[in-house]
Amino acid sequence: MANNIIDLKNISVSFDGEQVLKNLNLQIEDKEFLTLLGPSGCGKTTTLRIIAGFLQPDSGDVIFDGKIINGVPAHKRQVNTIFQRYALFPHLNVFENIAFGLRIRKKSDKEIKQAVSHMLDLVNLRGFETRSVDSLSGGQQQRVAIARALIVNPRVLLLDEPLGALDLKLRKDMQNELKNIQQQMGITFIYVTHDQEEALSMSDKIVVMNNGEIQQIGAPIDIYNEPVNAFVADFIGESNIVDGIMKEDYLCEFSGNTFKCLDKGFGKNEAVDVVVRPEDVDVVPFEQGMLRGRVTSVTFKGVHFEIIVDIGGFKWMIQSTDEQYPGDNIGLYIEPDAIHIMKKSEYSGLYGDFSSYSEEFDELSEVDADSEESKDE
Amino acid sequence: MTAPFSVWMAIFVIIPIGLVLYYALTDSEGSFTLSNIASIWEYKGTYLISLELAFVATVLCLILAYPLAYIISRMKTHSQNTMVMLVMLPMWMNFLIRTYAWMTILEDTGLINTVIKAFLSLFGYEFEGFSMINTNGAIILGMVYNFLPYMVLPIYTCLTKIDNKLIEAARDLGANSLNVFTKVILPQSMPGIISGITMVFVPAVSTFVISKLLGGGMTYLIGDIIENYFLGNTGEVNYNVGAALSLVLMILILISTGIMNHFDDDAKESGGGLI
Repeated sequence: MANNIIDLKNISVSFDGEQVLKNLNLQIEDKEFLTLLGPSGCGKTTTLRIIAGFLQPDSGDVIFDGKIINGVPAHKRQVNTIFQRYALFPHLNVFENIAFGLRIRKKSDKEIKQAVSHMLDLVNLRGFETRSVDSLSGGQQQRVAIARALIVNPRVLLLDEPLGALDLKLRKDMQNELKNIQQQMGITFIYVTHDQEEALSMSDKIVVMNNGEIQQIGAPIDIYNEPVNAFVADFIGESNIVDGIMKEDYLCEFSGNTFKCLDKGFGKNEAVDVVVRPEDVDVVPFEQGMLRGRVTSVTFKGVHFEIIVDIGGFKWMIQSTDEQYPGDNIGLYIEPDAIHIMKKSEYSGLYGDFSSYSEEFDELSEVDADSEESKDE
Repeated sequence: MTAPFSVWMAIFVIIPIGLVLYYALTDSEGSFTLSNIASIWEYKGTYLISLELAFVATVLCLILAYPLAYIISRMKTHSQNTMVMLVMLPMWMNFLIRTYAWMTILEDTGLINTVIKAFLSLFGYEFEGFSMINTNGAIILGMVYNFLPYMVLPIYTCLTKIDNKLIEAARDLGANSLNVFTKVILPQSMPGIISGITMVFVPAVSTFVISKLLGGGMTYLIGDIIENYFLGNTGEVNYNVGAALSLVLMILILISTGIMNHFDDDAKESGGGLI
């Protein structure tokens, strides 16, 4: 508790009568890398702007280092922001952009020069001092933005989808670099993204948000392996989510079969959501399958094939390194530890079925040929 | 693509300038001479007063226009459109009529003096009235009034283009409102200021109507002299000296804008107003 640098208490915000944050409570520990993850419009950027001081909550308290800072304006907070499109000052060169915060603080030229050159080293931009920021690539602008924010020694750095404008390769590099910088500086990073992979690979803690509410808070592994509801399961990675019944502890039933699992503590015969990750399903010969179905589409993804299998009308996605062919009948084998049971929630039934999966459009156009084939069987 | 543009340029720019050059460098028989240019020295006082009045008017325009443009740019979009229309509204009326209107306001027996006299006579004071018309002050007032929109609009356009994220970024880095203005907003609006200055200074320095109507012939500006040479109001018609005067004025304006654009070198890319 004493370790919390930021504490958001019962924060609510509405824009034009629409509630974007609903009674949000969040504790952020000092020196951790925390990610706010969610689809656009989930309230993650709003949360960030409240911490930065650009937005006042309608109700609730923002507590920084034990003190309520609700009315404190942005320029008096020990918090700095990396903006989505960097927001570098176009009329200043790289050096002056980075020096901006120190110039405001009326530091001596010597001090500024030292600090800027230290920052340029940190972000690998030595030699770029006099370049105009317009002449920089997206990745370099990103680095300038990071240096500009870090030079004023913030306790907390807020990053609003900072890598969104970069291409995939650069994004991966910057992910590592950001993580390194965070550890090197030993400060708290609050990172906003809608990219679940980014969140999983960088964060100490992930906060999954939707519709202005926190869905789940946890370490990346816990969020991935034990999502609390269908929304989280679907948003973090790919998931097959089917209706099931918990027969008793360690035994569940779905898709017309009973499975051993590792979950307990549900009521007898309680209706539940069952999550099975596509990579946890093994393909076996049709006769040996715990589940049996017909392959409807196969997409090569590089590391694996993405295979859509129709099992009793429900489309499963499985990822396998062995190629299958559309029309094949295959069996599926699921280990007990690959099954995760969730309580029913408002999101039950909304996610986890791959019927509307984009690859299916090809199949829909061939629906006539398909149905004739089925008659033959 | 370029053909229509070349034709346009030829008709409206090249040929007129060519004609000015031709007249300025020839005598009435059409043979080459530099005497027109040389004769201009006698008007150096007129050039100076023209530049001086235009300079004062431009500075006043800037002082008035910047806060106005800034306030408008901070309003809601709907109000912004209304305000911009109000700024433009006087321009829908004829330039001469607007300037004549000022005559009736500033005259010794004009609106202002009549009202003040009437007011003071209530308390038994005799008042002779201010003499406002036919002064340099009246000319400057006319310039400021007529050219103010040309200063407001480019600055306004420039201010609305400033990304709000830049202002947030500055605040985020510790800048208070004054810092935000001096370190972000003002430098970012330089292109608008520069084009505003150009668009006010150039017509102000070459005007002849305003000085004639509000200056009452007390102060001759270079525009008046040029007009006289072309129309012969006060003497002989002499296109050659008139053209030479215009040429020198053009060069002076070119030098002034050149100096101004020098300040604008860094800000060029951020998009400058109307020019």
